[in-house]
Amino acid sequence: MVLDSKTPQGPLAEKWNKYKFDLKLVNPSNKRKFTVIVVGTGLAGASAAASLAELGYNVKSFCYQDSPRRAHSIAAQGGINAAKNYQNDGDSVYRLFYDTIKGGDYRSRESNVHRLAEESVNIIDQCVAQGVPFAREYGGLLDNRSFGGAQVSRTFYARGQTGQQLLLGAYSALNRQINLGKVEMYNRHEMLDLVMVDGKAQGIVTRDLISGEIESFAGHAVLLCTGGYGNVFYLSTNAMGCNATAIWRAHKKGAFFANPCYTQIHPTCIPVTGDYQSKLTLMSESLRNDGRVWVPKTKELAEQVRKGQVKPGDLKEDDRDYFLERKYPSFGNLVPRDVASRNAKEVCDGGKGVGTTGKAVYLDFADAIHRLGKDAVQAKYGNLFDMYYQITDENPYEMPMRIYPAVHYTMGGLWVDYNLMTSVPGLYALGECNFSDHGANRLGASALMQGLADGYFVIPYTLGDYLAGIGPKPVDTSHPAFAQTKKDIMDQINKFLAMKGTKTLDEYHRDLGLIMWEYCGMARNEAGLLKAKGLIQALKVDFWKNAIVMGENEEMNMSLEKAGRVADFIELGELMVDDALNRKESCGGHFREESQTEEGEAKRDDENFAYVAAWEFKGENTPSELHKEELIFENVKLTQRSYK
Amino acid sequence: MSGNMNLTLKVWRQKNAADKGQFVTYKAADISPEMSFLEMLDVVNERLVKGTQDPIHFDHDCREGICGACSLYINGRPHGPKQAITTCQLHMRSFHDGEIITIEPWRATAFPVIKDLAVDRSAFDRIQQAGGFISVNTGGVPDANEIPISKVVSDEAFNSATCISCGACVAACKNASASLFVSAKISQLALLPQGQPERYRRAQAMVAQMDKEGFGNCTNTGACEIECPKEISLTNINRMRRDFYNAKFFKEEEIN
Ligand SMILES: Cc1cc2nc3c(=O)[nH]c(=O)nc-3n(C[C@H](O)[C@H](O)[C@H](O)COP(=O)(O)OP(=O)(O)OC[C@H]3O[C@@H](n4cnc5c(N)ncnc54)[C@H](O)[C@@H]3O)c2cc1C
Ligand code: SF4
Ligand code: FES
Repeated sequence: MVLDSKTPQGPLAEKWNKYKFDLKLVNPSNKRKFTVIVVGTGLAGASAAASLAELGYNVKSFCYQDSPRRAHSIAAQGGINAAKNYQNDGDSVYRLFYDTIKGGDYRSRESNVHRLAEESVNIIDQCVAQGVPFAREYGGLLDNRSFGGAQVSRTFYARGQTGQQLLLGAYSALNRQINLGKVEMYNRHEMLDLVMVDGKAQGIVTRDLISGEIESFAGHAVLLCTGGYGNVFYLSTNAMGCNATAIWRAHKKGAFFANPCYTQIHPTCIPVTGDYQSKLTLMSESLRNDGRVWVPKTKELAEQVRKGQVKPGDLKEDDRDYFLERKYPSFGNLVPRDVASRNAKEVCDGGKGVGTTGKAVYLDFADAIHRLGKDAVQAKYGNLFDMYYQITDENPYEMPMRIYPAVHYTMGGLWVDYNLMTSVPGLYALGECNFSDHGANRLGASALMQGLADGYFVIPYTLGDYLAGIGPKPVDTSHPAFAQTKKDIMDQINKFLAMKGTKTLDEYHRDLGLIMWEYCGMARNEAGLLKAKGLIQALKVDFWKNAIVMGENEEMNMSLEKAGRVADFIELGELMVDDALNRKESCGGHFREESQTEEGEAKRDDENFAYVAAWEFKGENTPSELHKEELIFENVKLTQRSYK
Repeated sequence: MSGNMNLTLKVWRQKNAADKGQFVTYKAADISPEMSFLEMLDVVNERLVKGTQDPIHFDHDCREGICGACSLYINGRPHGPKQAITTCQLHMRSFHDGEIITIEPWRATAFPVIKDLAVDRSAFDRIQQAGGFISVNTGGVPDANEIPISKVVSDEAFNSATCISCGACVAACKNASASLFVSAKISQLALLPQGQPERYRRAQAMVAQMDKEGFGNCTNTGACEIECPKEISLTNINRMRRDFYNAKFFKEEEIN
């Protein structure tokens, strides 16, 4: 199969406008004859569902939480980028496009990224019209701040809770359509499978998480907006319920999975304290604007600090290694996320880490407090300092913060073409669950932008083209494919419920996470990846033999929910390893130790790897097939990133 | 480990909405003070499952105090003994060795128990569906900076907008009133210029839905404000009342 990205011809800046004109339209009076299924109510899902309903389509919306407003977009802290150039500091659509392509280490599609930059400006207008309370200046206009990987101030923010405020905006638009009867909302419903009719996506099967009822729903198209799969690693900054089930099962029904190994590991998170740890908390990237990263200069000193014999504040300047400032004099503490994370790992692996576990580095505000005063630091970062204090019981105004990298975001996801359609006709993927736009590394404040661009401004156009093509013939669940898919799911559930082994689901999940973190985390090499593959395969066999699943289907059953998610994570974990093995170059968040420059930086291999790796599922325990979409760069010149 | 605690938990167990429910006592041995409260429950649950007992069900997701999913009534207080945080942000260092901890679900007619500690808060969604929005479609809106808003007003709207829809205010209230929540939602939009065209209709629709859902009346006790993890202030309730009565006494056309 040849992967057709449907990238429009013509000059970069004109592609999207011209394409929109060329797309087929659905006649206004016909729109109500179509039903669209939208799975997920985060920024991508809520904005898509509301916008499509406004156009007149009937929408059925699903989420696993008890309310659409709890989707994990809610947790985004830092902000959202847009090329408004309100600061008059030289920003433009082209600059945002360029920064994003470069930040992604030249592994994304030019056409998609340019469209994203174009739509970014409309997002801000839309959110303000909905009542989103972005930060403002005293003059009453919107405020901006700068964020990693950019030299202009283009990030719009809402205190430390941009995600919640944007989501509440999209949720309110969704609520309005629910009130008007155009969206039917199904909370606490988990999508467990995709229903295919005549080679097209035509519905889904869900489990009602309260009653256990297995239901099917039919629609003319299915939109997956189900977020990232970082929880493959068990510990991540994702919410506890974030899962890969919807996209993984769609993958098994034919949707290609692109670049699964591209994972973003965020440098500034609160370190692990013990085995019981259930998730990791992000400390916003903005802290690196004023915080200095360091470790004790020698292993001996580090050991004394770990044992509490020496306090960090008592270490002389000469006994400290500000390793980012030392290695990257021009970017210093503000190097991109992947570089900062790898360096933290390197010093800790070298025995210089701090904290009781030795898996932490300091993020120190003593200089900033000295230079700006405590009040100024508090005004800027007060809520983050409080959050840190809450979790660690240490006061960051007096002691440097301890931080360590953690899994944060997944750039990989379902392969989509320019229309956001997967390789399955009628099945779309929006937001973090698709692979588009961020290449091998995502810049800060760009995920919120992408989710909302996909939902508000891309899918309303591109979906119409597909629907106009298939026509408004009614669809319902009477086709035998629906009963069959329901039966397959029931069989799987019964299989889970019969599992009465000795090991808990969390234990399996933790084991998987450790394998992934060790061998498919911040640094990867062939031997380690091969080892990981064997370990995962063994874990999978053991899982189906020895896992314990409690309770019955016809009740709220967190054990059963977890079983399906862990089973899918294990399979996806193996594909991530396969992808990491295949990609012998280093790029962005994917660091292959075999491919580094003399100074130990990531080295791309454009000649052999300037492609999207899209994997096709070929059956249980059968190797997946790799399809390559060549990346063509007509506008930017590929260069090796340097932050020295 | 040294410093770890042995605790006794009295947990509300209820199989489903129809079940009567009862307290069940569990031992929580060897609990690290570094654990979060929910991690403590995870540990207890792992042990229950190993003994083939049904784990304790509770709602949670982000575990960082922003999604509003977690909702436990701990030793008689929503979100536990500390102020201005959610249950998921509570750590075991706030408890001491040998302590007996009572854990209940939110109790309110409008929040029926689903199982154990998980309750149905969909009433909150329905109140917002009734009018908690500004009626604009995607596209065709003015440039964001065409609507200047004073920083003072914008900050005040923001304070109301920080509500996470957790329902602690209802659980804290002896009347199980939802006034703090509803008023925060109404206030955010009522303070902003974008919210003016529908201001009174919104207040009326949301208050009407609140009453329909079976929440109690507000008698100004103020327990909600004390227990709210986001420190939403009672001023919001005054604003809601003002808008609601304005809407009642005058027709919308006459006001605008
Ligand atoms: C702590 C944190 C901070 C961040 N900060 C920023 C930031 O400052 N700026 C930025 O740009 N990005 C940030 N990001 C990234 C960004 O928040 C996410 O990438 C983005 O919000 C994802 O949105 P989404 O709509 O794709 O998915 P989500 O918001 O994750 O929504 C997923 C939806 O899918 C539903 N769902 C999932 N599986 C199923 C299923 N099987 N059945 C039914 N429903 C299902 C869920 O219920 C939910 O409604 C941050 C991420 C984290 C974790
Ligand atoms: S007002 Fe406070 S307590 Fe009530 S729902 Fe909102 S955040 Fe929770
Ligand atoms: S779990 Fe999200 S607020 Fe507690």
